[in-house]
Amino acid sequence: MTQPAPASSRFAGMTGRGLISAAAVVCVAALLPLGLSSYQVGLATEILIFGILAMSIDILAGFAGRTSLGHGAIFGASTYVVVYMTAQAAMSPWLALLLGVAAATVVAAVFALLAVRTSGVYFLLLTLALGMIIWGVCLRWTQVTGGENGMRGDVRPAALVGQNAFYWVVLACAAAASYAMWRFVRSPFGLTLRGIRDSESRMRSLGYNVPLHLFIGFIVSGIFAGIAGGLYAMFNNFVSPSTVALAQSVEGVLMMIAGGVGTLFGSFVGAAAIIMLENIVSSYTERWLMVLGLAFILIMIFAPEGIIGKLRAILSRKAR
Amino acid sequence: MSLFQLLNGLTFAALLFVVASGFTLIFGLLRIVNLAHGALYLFGGYVGYSVAVKTGSFVAGGIGAMAAIAAIGFVLDQGLLRFVRNNELRQVLLTLGAAFFLNDLALVIWGGDSFTVPIPDMLRGGMRVFGTFYPIYRLFVLVVGILVFIGLWALLNHTRLGALIRAGVDDAEMVEASGVNIRRVFLFTFLFGSALAGLGGLMGGAFLSLYPSADAEILTFSLAVVVIGGRGSLVGVAVGSLLVGLLNTLGQVMFPELAYFVIFGPMAVLLAFRPLGLFGRAT
Repeated sequence: MTQPAPASSRFAGMTGRGLISAAAVVCVAALLPLGLSSYQVGLATEILIFGILAMSIDILAGFAGRTSLGHGAIFGASTYVVVYMTAQAAMSPWLALLLGVAAATVVAAVFALLAVRTSGVYFLLLTLALGMIIWGVCLRWTQVTGGENGMRGDVRPAALVGQNAFYWVVLACAAAASYAMWRFVRSPFGLTLRGIRDSESRMRSLGYNVPLHLFIGFIVSGIFAGIAGGLYAMFNNFVSPSTVALAQSVEGVLMMIAGGVGTLFGSFVGAAAIIMLENIVSSYTERWLMVLGLAFILIMIFAPEGIIGKLRAILSRKAR
Repeated sequence: MSLFQLLNGLTFAALLFVVASGFTLIFGLLRIVNLAHGALYLFGGYVGYSVAVKTGSFVAGGIGAMAAIAAIGFVLDQGLLRFVRNNELRQVLLTLGAAFFLNDLALVIWGGDSFTVPIPDMLRGGMRVFGTFYPIYRLFVLVVGILVFIGLWALLNHTRLGALIRAGVDDAEMVEASGVNIRRVFLFTFLFGSALAGLGGLMGGAFLSLYPSADAEILTFSLAVVVIGGRGSLVGVAVGSLLVGLLNTLGQVMFPELAYFVIFGPMAVLLAFRPLGLFGRAT
């Protein structure tokens, strides 16, 4: 952990340097659409949305030591609710987005209630099984979800139909969500989560309520996954069981790992790497899932600390 | 619930037992959560289907499925998992990658259509059970499930290998220290557990049919069985399979579209009181 700078030189919790670099990154990202084709802007939007999802997984994996394989389902639950509410119930998109995030929060709360008692592999298994249940319901409950065919709806508000305008809104959301998550993991609450990650028994003997902290941490993580899912509904105007499938959770986890566990903002790098890889692979072959599986195996064997961590290690070896 | 539905539940439980016992053997002894187990089931089903159609023999299909899946298990264990030993999380995620790879490979080889493994003439048709007309094949599955349970029980409790496996579940390091090559026991268990998934694939392929997302469904059920029964316990798998099989059938009869919730509810209640499952022990 870095030493906190004296409070006087900080603005909104950021040091001057942090503030400047964050502002620079956001500015560059905001200028991107001016130099990209509308297809590439769409890709960039997708990267931002999945970056939020990967970051929400990182809150738990990197800071509470619990890797979730159920976040794709939380994400997708929000997508389903948003599409359903706008397409079937003719609700305004912004209200639907709010309801979607609320639905994701409820799903996350149910998941958390069961999962906080477990750790390690059991946590992984349980979140996986819970996510599968959401997937099963979306697939089978044909009257509401449209079954295998999914649902289509004009979710995106009229003002944001343009690719660039939507990109800027997503960028604003991503920046706000990143800032909120960053503050969250650095708060006393986030520090307690880190304590739990490092030694659960010690935190318990210090008098911390470990399950309660994990419960709240899971819900916060679920809220952000829900925001990402709602934005994805607007991005795609369509939802099908593959949005809540295991592959979605797995892609989220892979992006988070590729970016580096516990780096938070690395998630955007991981999301960019995976989505661009998917895009390149898909233009040559339909075997994206095979490549995804292979990428997973290779990263687990050769670079479990993430692509960024690996590059850093290689560079430091070269420098020596 | 009528007798017909009860039998449906029992036969499904028997299939689940065959698949999940392989899963829990590997989980219990090697501490590897093999998320490729569902994919192995599906792959076994497809291989068994191809062999059974080519040779016209159901038994040959079973042998082919078990041999092929044991071979894939060998590659998985010796070729990939050996690089990530002693790190549970990396193992799990690696097997997940393998699951995606295998599933997509099956899609390339066999396409997206659904297949049903041909049932031998001997097991076709139905018979009367307590006044209800019931398909013979599903009763055959029930019998195989019971035979596998007896076989596994005898293997674990009455052979030297079984004693080594049980000792390994409790304390693998100690077994190794007493001069046993535990790596070989591990490898055998991994291949055997994988072969059980392959056998399950052939058996299930004949009455549930084989299609690209069948692996995820069977994996979810297997996870539920292991979460309920507890890690590495044979009795736990049997009880878990019965519970999940019967609850699933009950759910399908009463709330066809929400059947998943019916397994989920009891699982939730159980976890609240016994996080390690009914027969699981802390290590």
